[in-house]
Amino acid sequence: MTNLEKYNNAFVEGLEMNIDEVTEDLEYQGVPQWDSVGHMALIASLEDAFEIMMDTDDIIDFSSYKKGIEILKKYDITIE
Amino acid sequence: MWDLAKFSSNVALQDESGSCISYSALDLACSEFYSHIGRRCLVFLLCRNTIGSVIGYVSSLNNRVVPVLLNADLDVELLNNLISVYKPSYIWLPNDKSSEISGFDSVYSKWDYSLLKTSFDIEYPLFDDLCLMLTTSGSTGSPKFVRQSYKNVESNARSIVRYLELTSDERPITTLPMNYTYGLSIINSHLFVGARILVTDRGLMQKDFWSFFKSAEATSFGGVPYTYEMLSKLRFERMQLPSLRYMTQAGGKLTVDLHRKFAEYAAGNNKKFFVMYGQCEATARMGYLPAEKALEKCGSMGIAIPGGRFELVDVEGSLIDKPDTAGELVYYGDNVTLGYAEKGEDLIKCDERSGVLHTGDIAQFDKDGFYYIVGRMKRFLKIFGNRINLDETERLIKSEFPSADVACGGVDDKMFIFLTDEQYAEQVRQFVSLKTGLNSSAFKVVELEVIPKNDSGKTLYRELEKYYEV
Repeated sequence: MTNLEKYNNAFVEGLEMNIDEVTEDLEYQGVPQWDSVGHMALIASLEDAFEIMMDTDDIIDFSSYKKGIEILKKYDITIE
Repeated sequence: MWDLAKFSSNVALQDESGSCISYSALDLACSEFYSHIGRRCLVFLLCRNTIGSVIGYVSSLNNRVVPVLLNADLDVELLNNLISVYKPSYIWLPNDKSSEISGFDSVYSKWDYSLLKTSFDIEYPLFDDLCLMLTTSGSTGSPKFVRQSYKNVESNARSIVRYLELTSDERPITTLPMNYTYGLSIINSHLFVGARILVTDRGLMQKDFWSFFKSAEATSFGGVPYTYEMLSKLRFERMQLPSLRYMTQAGGKLTVDLHRKFAEYAAGNNKKFFVMYGQCEATARMGYLPAEKALEKCGSMGIAIPGGRFELVDVEGSLIDKPDTAGELVYYGDNVTLGYAEKGEDLIKCDERSGVLHTGDIAQFDKDGFYYIVGRMKRFLKIFGNRINLDETERLIKSEFPSADVACGGVDDKMFIFLTDEQYAEQVRQFVSLKTGLNSSAFKVVELEVIPKNDSGKTLYRELEKYYEV
């Protein structure tokens, strides 16, 4: 699985979405599933998928699909 | 209710955009709001944690207007139903919501909020002591409200001021909706001491929340069990929050592990952690665990608040006087609310409880008199701090999906929906999530061939319990 696939998959699992609903425009509170409860599940899915432990500041800064890609760079994960 | 002028130049409300309003300005804003209503009547407040929302609320209480507090994001269909049941004279709502309600004229607009004047041909008479109404069931849109009196609100707020030792130096930050009894109690109590309330709709999972927390130097916040789970996952203990003085917890029972974790954090960082107990039917608060006992009495919800008293009764109704013996928790105090309203005609009802509340919670006390909640008599779950009635949820599902038989059960933060028609599983889950406004991850659908029932057709919920552990 490519990093992009892993990344998209984490949204599918964490936010209980269909893969075709995972788009670049996704934002926190932009869809009903991505509330504070969904956010915790999303972060857990990402941490599992990439075997990382995210810092608190990164967890609360993770406000959109695109922002997430930026943040994961800090953990040496490139998504393209 | 509040003598706002007394704290004249103190800041009363501050939001994350930097807007501030002093107590004297709040006083003026309240007069202005009331000038457009001008009499005692029923008003629906569609709440957000914003300055405009709080002004509508404070003005209502100070001018004997009776507000019904609802979440501004309540499903519009449910909202319209409530409007037709109670026929409020006015609706105070965020500007961006005003287009969702048609047929009423806006008579006043300020602070990103608008006041709509309705045009019903009748107004239900209001009981003289009736102060406000709050929902019992989180957000299912049930027309059942708790009726709170002026004495209820004032006595509970003053009791909270006493045991939390609140002063005008406090700066609580909102983490709970103000239409939720616990969130509202934070606003009520701090307005009595002239403190600065930091209002925001941002949540713990947002950077803006923490920036506001730090820049405005918040001194306290409250949270339901799920809040503390989130804080734990955020590795809260590593955050630098020098302004924080204390944290409170209510809205359901915290796990003993989390109770200990936050009590230890507080003890090690010169902060206080208060585990508390309450219900909307008791205005908000009934019990609290003094912060200095947070570690020693881990798992306990504490003792009765100042001015209140607990009793335990067994199934025969006799008083329990021995420690470690479970019985129904009964509470006595001035904050025991008047009763419920389920329709407009109920607004005239008087005090139906006379200061005694059978909580429906099963509790026991230890040899030192500290109370522990050990169970629950009624069929509801606490999901993310919201009380969700299981029978009501069943009815909602049955009316939307008439071809399927359904039963609801589960544990706090996880509702199990048993369904006889598999094809609707995902639809039902999304439907319940939408109607309750709660994340769909809290709902699990299990397909059964038949719902187990006894001879008279009553669902045998006991037989469903085996599914909860999986």
